[in-house]
Amino acid sequence: MSAPVSPLARFWAEFRRSPVAVAALLVVVVTSLLAIFAPWVAPQDPYDLTTLSLLDARREPGFVGSGGYAHLLGTDPQGRDLLSAILYGMRISLQIGLAAGTVALFLGTTIGILAAYARGWVETVLMRIVDLQLSFPAILLALVLVALLGQGKAQLITALVAAQYAYFARTAYGAATAERRKDYVEAALATPLSGRRVAIFHLLPNCLPPLIVVATVQIANSISLEATLSFLGLGLPVTEPSLGMLISNGFPYMMSGRYWISVYPGIALIVLIVAINLVGDRVRDQFNPRLRR
Amino acid sequence: MAALEVENLVTEFDTANGVLRAVDGVSFTLAPGQITGLVGESGSGKTVTGFSLLGLVDAPGRIVSGSIRLGGTELVGRPETELRRRRGAEIAMIFQDPIATLNPLLAIGAQMRMALEAHRSVSRREANARCIEVLDQVGIPEPRARLGSYPHELSGGMRQRVAIAIALLHGPAVIVADEPTTALDVSIQAQILHRMRMLADETGSAVLWISHDLATVSGLASRLLVMYAGRIVEFGNTAEVLRDPRHPYTRGLIDSLPGTVAAGEPLRQIPGGAPSLSALPPGCAFAPRCPHADVDCAKPVELHERGERGWRCIHPLGPERSDPFA
Amino acid sequence: MSGYVLQRLLQAALVMVAMSAIVFVGVYAIGNPVDIVIPPEATQDIRAATIARLGLDLPLWQQYLIFVRNLFDGDLGRSFIYNEPVLSLIAGRLPATLELVLLSVLSATVFGIALGVYAGYRPDSVLAKAIMAVSVLGFSVPTFWIGLILILTFAVNLGWLPAGGRGQTVDLLGVAWSFPTLDGLRHLVLPAVNLALFKFAMMIRLARAGTREVMLSDTIKFARAAGIRESTILRRHLLKLISIPIITVFGLELGSTLAFAVVTETIFSWPGVGKLIIDSIAVLDRPVMVAYLLLTTLLFVIINLTVDLLFALIDPRIRARGAA
Repeated sequence: MSAPVSPLARFWAEFRRSPVAVAALLVVVVTSLLAIFAPWVAPQDPYDLTTLSLLDARREPGFVGSGGYAHLLGTDPQGRDLLSAILYGMRISLQIGLAAGTVALFLGTTIGILAAYARGWVETVLMRIVDLQLSFPAILLALVLVALLGQGKAQLITALVAAQYAYFARTAYGAATAERRKDYVEAALATPLSGRRVAIFHLLPNCLPPLIVVATVQIANSISLEATLSFLGLGLPVTEPSLGMLISNGFPYMMSGRYWISVYPGIALIVLIVAINLVGDRVRDQFNPRLRR
Repeated sequence: MAALEVENLVTEFDTANGVLRAVDGVSFTLAPGQITGLVGESGSGKTVTGFSLLGLVDAPGRIVSGSIRLGGTELVGRPETELRRRRGAEIAMIFQDPIATLNPLLAIGAQMRMALEAHRSVSRREANARCIEVLDQVGIPEPRARLGSYPHELSGGMRQRVAIAIALLHGPAVIVADEPTTALDVSIQAQILHRMRMLADETGSAVLWISHDLATVSGLASRLLVMYAGRIVEFGNTAEVLRDPRHPYTRGLIDSLPGTVAAGEPLRQIPGGAPSLSALPPGCAFAPRCPHADVDCAKPVELHERGERGWRCIHPLGPERSDPFA
Repeated sequence: MSGYVLQRLLQAALVMVAMSAIVFVGVYAIGNPVDIVIPPEATQDIRAATIARLGLDLPLWQQYLIFVRNLFDGDLGRSFIYNEPVLSLIAGRLPATLELVLLSVLSATVFGIALGVYAGYRPDSVLAKAIMAVSVLGFSVPTFWIGLILILTFAVNLGWLPAGGRGQTVDLLGVAWSFPTLDGLRHLVLPAVNLALFKFAMMIRLARAGTREVMLSDTIKFARAAGIRESTILRRHLLKLISIPIITVFGLELGSTLAFAVVTETIFSWPGVGKLIIDSIAVLDRPVMVAYLLLTTLLFVIINLTVDLLFALIDPRIRARGAA
């Protein structure tokens, strides 16, 4: 009999079998690395106004600008090197997506598990609020919150978290409730062990698989939502150009043929989101026992 | 004439671990009105055998070779359209869990009529009449009212009776019952078993009762087939097999029944576990767990047949040999 | 059954009341509502007068009560910016949004379910894999981006369809609709496709997942064992069994589609309610915001109610539970 294999190793072995999922994971890792190291990788700092020159504005890909190097993806209306702007933009998208996703994950999971554990009126009240929020579209809520709170990273993250925590809460609640009903949990609760230990050691691990799936989807959603908000002019301020804003900047120029200003940031955005979703898909399929023959 | 004749049936599955032979050269006959028990552990291939008879083996599985003759007509290799016409009409199947086999969103009557209209065109009134007739046959009270009920409104035992009723709608020559009472209370089990016996007598259908539970089967079936790792290892008249088992596995099964041990005594088990189909030993599949096994058992073992009895063992237990696992 | 309906109606009413309070307080409490109406250099007197005129000097709960009382008169307030009654503002633009949303949702659902069921029924076929690949894209790619690409391809490069705006309208029942005219349809196509894509992808995925699960279930095996024809099985077992998860998400996504109409209307300059709300949010025209949010909530509540009632119609177990 072979040595026992850890669940993580088993998971990875199964995951590896889908070339699409592995490719997607690779894309996510590469883009993340590029985004993290953007300041060192990008040929230009798009925030540094001193390096910009309007003479470079709206130039096609391959154009050699006043900085002395070729703008591989062209320039935007302010003369920014598009490649650099995209790298920095991805940085921001990932920052926001991960931050909003993580906070929503913690908040939602806590609420969900609390509701499942406490039961009674606590459960009813919490879950009613969550249900109410789930039936309300995230984008509308985010729009209104952003408008009321003002522009800025923290405000945007708050709006995104408010719009998304409900998914996590619902998922954690569902998994925790199913587990809660099991006999061993009832038995554990009958012992002098603190309820908190039961919640953390028994209920929480069972929620993890579905939560991971929801997390990947929600991170992709956060990135998408942030881009949409920025595109509409309601997201981040102009000083921190996210991918959405780059796209919106280029929108007026699409009709006149200068497509690259919108298209390239758009492609970068899509590649990121699709890759994350593909990974999430694969993870979900692997966790779903009912699809196994 | 036999209702069903199976000869050297082989069913295989293409899996990531290679080709698994779930049914390895199984042969048996079913006579009209007779209840035959097919007993084996999980993984012995008994359920796959049942599905093979109806041609319901899903990919990646398929019937590789052998013959299945239903009322003299060969079924293996026939096109799906022909098999579909026979399913339900000439050979029917009852599954284990009626809560899973009945659609919770449709009324009982609707589901029964669907099964009826699959092979006959009847008016609504005629259909209802026939449905009420079979519901009555399986012992469901107030059958007319039950037509409008939904599955969740009935108890487990009732649902299984409905499933049996559906199997009876066209008066099939063969009924394959796959663990139909395993999911039910013991008292309900007894009722269903009793009802099955009556039905087999009344309708003259041949019944193949598949189960892992020797105790229930032995009370019901007049003939017994014992299956292990895809092969039939013993068969014969139930009373004879139970009183006088020849294959050590059969002996082991009988001995593991709680009733065979005095109160307070430890229960007996067959040592070891069921073999994985991807790692079968050459020769006798039971050899690794058998206390009588020797070098000769590593060679393929044929089925010794003596009239209505048979066993697949070169060191069969005789009346002289008592409990091999003592 | 009627107990179930009553229970749901009561819940709906409670939700409306709660939401109206939350929305009103939320929108009016944060920031200073009067700032957008008066220029910054206005004197204190003018400021005070304006505040009094708009009733903004009253305590918040009183403002809320006045608002609610006005609601029953059909008065949703007056826009700070347009100085028009909000109700007529919204009513004027509603038909445009409605025809866009309805067309999108209908086409997305019909085609999405059809393709999804096929992909679930024959999951290993080439077509099924292609359908799933397309669905990942439709699902992941942000709506505004698809809109851009659609405009770039069909309007700018190919010149087949207009890049924005609404087409010619025709008067039906006193309201102007554009779908009956050919020009109207030409203008509807791109925004409708844009809006439909996300829901289309979602329907495909749902239908596929549901179909796969159902086709592997014992119910289908039992039906096959009874010799029932595949087409009958698909029609009477499969479609009914997958309808429950599909209707659930359909209801949720209907709301989402309404919300995303906001984005589509902006890109295609579609003169609907969505564009109105974006403009209002950007300038913080609070009466319009409150009215829009309340109408949206009302719509949601109605959608949820309808979904719940549909469930009860389809699933006898829910009927039984409700009657208890």
